[in-house]
Amino acid sequence: MVKDWQLVVGLEVHAQLLTRSKIFCGCPTTFGAEPNTHVCPICLAMPGVLPALNRQVVEFAVRTGLALGCAIQEKSVFARKNYFYPDLPKGYQVSQYELPICLGGGVDFTLDGAERRVRLTRIHMEEDAGKSLHGVAADGSSGVDLNRAGVPLLEIVSEPDIRSVDEAVEYLKALRTVLMYLGVNDGNLEEGSFRCDANVSVMPVGSTVLGTRCELKNMNSFRFLRQAIEYEVRRQVEILEGGGKVVQETRLFDPQRGETRSMRSKEEAHDYRYFPEPDLPPVRVPASWIEEVRRRLPELPRARAARYQRELGLSAYDAAVLTAELGTAELFDAAVSARAGGAEAAKRIANLINGEVARIANEVVVAPAAGKLTPAALAGVARLAEAGTIGGPGVRQVIEQLFRDGGDPDAVVAARGLAQVSDGSAVEAAVDAVIAASPGEVERYRAGNQKLLGFLVGQVMKAMKGKGNPVVVNAVLKRKLEEGGA
Amino acid sequence: MSAPGILERSLTDLAQALSRREVSSEEITAACLSRIEATDGKLHAFLRVAPERSLAAARASDARRARGEARSRLDGVPIALKDIFLTKGLETTCGSRILEGFVPPFDSTVVERLEAAGTVVVGKLNMDEFAMGSSNENSAFGPCRNPWDLERTPGGSSGGSAAAVAARQVFGAFGTDTGGSIRQPASLCGVVGVKPTYGRVSRYGVIAFASSLDQVGPIARTVPDAAALLGAVAGHDPRDQTSSPLPVPDYLAGLEDGARGLRIGVPREWLQGGSEAGVERRVREALSAYEAMGATLVDVELPHSKYGVAAYYLVAPAEASSNLARYDGVRFGLRAPARALGDMYGETRDRGFGAEPKRRIMLGTYALSAGYYDAYYLRAQKVRTLVRRDFDRAFERCDLVAGPVSPTVAFRLGEKVADPLQMYLADVFTISCNLAALPGLSVPAGIHPESKLPIGLQLVGRPFDETTLLRAARALEREMGPSPAPEAVG
Repeated sequence: MVKDWQLVVGLEVHAQLLTRSKIFCGCPTTFGAEPNTHVCPICLAMPGVLPALNRQVVEFAVRTGLALGCAIQEKSVFARKNYFYPDLPKGYQVSQYELPICLGGGVDFTLDGAERRVRLTRIHMEEDAGKSLHGVAADGSSGVDLNRAGVPLLEIVSEPDIRSVDEAVEYLKALRTVLMYLGVNDGNLEEGSFRCDANVSVMPVGSTVLGTRCELKNMNSFRFLRQAIEYEVRRQVEILEGGGKVVQETRLFDPQRGETRSMRSKEEAHDYRYFPEPDLPPVRVPASWIEEVRRRLPELPRARAARYQRELGLSAYDAAVLTAELGTAELFDAAVSARAGGAEAAKRIANLINGEVARIANEVVVAPAAGKLTPAALAGVARLAEAGTIGGPGVRQVIEQLFRDGGDPDAVVAARGLAQVSDGSAVEAAVDAVIAASPGEVERYRAGNQKLLGFLVGQVMKAMKGKGNPVVVNAVLKRKLEEGGA
Repeated sequence: MSAPGILERSLTDLAQALSRREVSSEEITAACLSRIEATDGKLHAFLRVAPERSLAAARASDARRARGEARSRLDGVPIALKDIFLTKGLETTCGSRILEGFVPPFDSTVVERLEAAGTVVVGKLNMDEFAMGSSNENSAFGPCRNPWDLERTPGGSSGGSAAAVAARQVFGAFGTDTGGSIRQPASLCGVVGVKPTYGRVSRYGVIAFASSLDQVGPIARTVPDAAALLGAVAGHDPRDQTSSPLPVPDYLAGLEDGARGLRIGVPREWLQGGSEAGVERRVREALSAYEAMGATLVDVELPHSKYGVAAYYLVAPAEASSNLARYDGVRFGLRAPARALGDMYGETRDRGFGAEPKRRIMLGTYALSAGYYDAYYLRAQKVRTLVRRDFDRAFERCDLVAGPVSPTVAFRLGEKVADPLQMYLADVFTISCNLAALPGLSVPAGIHPESKLPIGLQLVGRPFDETTLLRAARALEREMGPSPAPEAVG
């Protein structure tokens, strides 16, 4: 039974750094170019070339390490990881091994309302490999695209602190958010710029001795990570309960079948023959530089969420949703400051973002801040809603248009005639007409059937072609009904 | 001045003649090309001669001189390069079949700097495959021979460079030295060879053998020639992050200051009968000459130098096993046809590499393997530290250290081919200098009385103190008088 077993997971994340050029040469890092157009003698590993370390990579590593509470190492060393593969031009990957740039640290997040922390083992810098392309040539032979070879990566290794699938997913989401806040990674799982391998094992509940682990690869979405771990737990538990032993190996997740399958066993594992990279001197990060990077750290998601709760009175839930993406939080902050309306206005803007903006963004599968809705326009919508100029349906329509096409909310409201009628005499005329036209319903309402109020409001709104301000309509109708009955 | 006559002159003299416009670069380049044409069938110092390219460069130099726009005092001087330096548009093989036909798309930094100085590169010189060897017999294209005796080795791995300079084919050459590959052939061919401090000259565009040991240096007929060539290429290169940012001194200044006052360390380990008698005698005579010139001899100890060869043959092959992984048939050079990837790798590397690179790839792979790394590679690196400390201690009491370069004069081709260990011991005196990243040179110290073959004296200096080494070497050179020219190639 799975419930008799405790899951243990450690995650290794490979995050492509958002530098303009590669880690050891000046080639661009942009994704999606024609194969082998972003290459030079260095990333092609021509004879005689040498690496020249991109300082931006070190700065990004330091920034990340500081944000995650790691100990930044003043001296770290690149090492060669030797293996043959066509997408690895030098026959070795330049990585860090015994002396990585960051040690320790951790990722904090909330899981089911409880605070959790997954400790980090280390963070190190390395270069990405190219990509093999199979069956690309007319004769069916394989090719290799080296555009990605030499793109800088951070490898972020967690301790085996994770005890559930939900925890694995929340850890990964929290880490991804931090990296995106830091501007060091774009968080794109599908394109592979944020990749994750999972070391998974199980042990009897109550045990403290870790079981034999398997390394799972190729999960390029949160859903696949979940599926892969869930499958792997069932597989390992089945083996152990059948009296077998889990074999330490690397397993590939197959998203079509939702299974993992063996890629290579421990015996087939490479002997990488690591040794210090003689072409690069040790990386020195002076304390003064570390302090400078620390001073320039942006406000991180959890600090921001806490501030929203503390200063703007938002709920923990709203604050967490708003801060999950940097762009959303920035849209929120800018709109709040444009509206300058205090906690009340902030709450309204938060509701707009987490409500209508999130809904339309979700429909077109982009982030809430990715539309053409500017902070000033959002503040304008909040103002119009607060003043009663537009009601719920109006808000929805204005935001849809502003998100898709941009523009000014007042102009949209005017052009599309979305303003509500709040004028007392116009409402009174409509209410009088409805009361006159529905004597039966009015009679029964006055006899005590309060539920009929909704029907009558609906009739008034219909008569006003949906533009009546519901607050005013309600108030006038109630007053008239009560007056007439007295 | 007639061209054949000037081939006998030093590079320094030629540079003066060029600046006085007594001779043109075109004439002198043509003279070198005919000398190569006439002698290289026997010598085989060159893997590739570039007549049109070099004559065009020579004419361009003459035009600059005519306009009064010489790029440097070396403008128009014909030189040649070990085939380990990448030359844009000119095939570069590193002495290996696996790079046959490889035409680099860029120049090494050294070549760029030589071009900026206006020198004329006449061709690419023979070498042991991937600079692995001490006799040039590991060249995939047949060995170079010693211009003093064609049955003998010119040394290695920069054998072609030393032989070409000694045989008056060019006025100077560049080689690389990983364990003695400049100094040993210079010694065996009777010319000057300088291995600068690690980091003094950029390695960018120089095909790597053992990255933490490789260093570029000049080979020339006189010390001032070597000093001028070194000055043209030394200095920091942002493309080689192991190159030093220290400023480059004028190596010609103070060159004639003599040996008076110098404290010369004589390591007892280097003169304990480890060399053949004639070699040790000439080295002792050279040391006496220094004393006579006013230098002081100081006994020093290098107790860890005896572990040098062992440590070197772990570190160098380990790095080589990794550096040579890129020759996989995927992107350039030889690719053996095969249906499966593994077969393509295996076939390409089996056909492309000769026996010595294969041996060193295997040694190095083994030394880095899981479970052996600490015992071999790591321990060898610790030996490097100890060797360096020996020198640091010695330099507390002396300004430079002197001893033999090679335990023997040039040996016969074929003599050591069957016994790699004997071949490796040819570098016993030169290796420490690479392990300790120090500057070293070989300067002619006379002729062996019986074999009539040249013998070199090795000088090793403090880090980045090439100046003192060159000054001391120049003092001996003046004392000895002009070296005789070899006669075996006519």
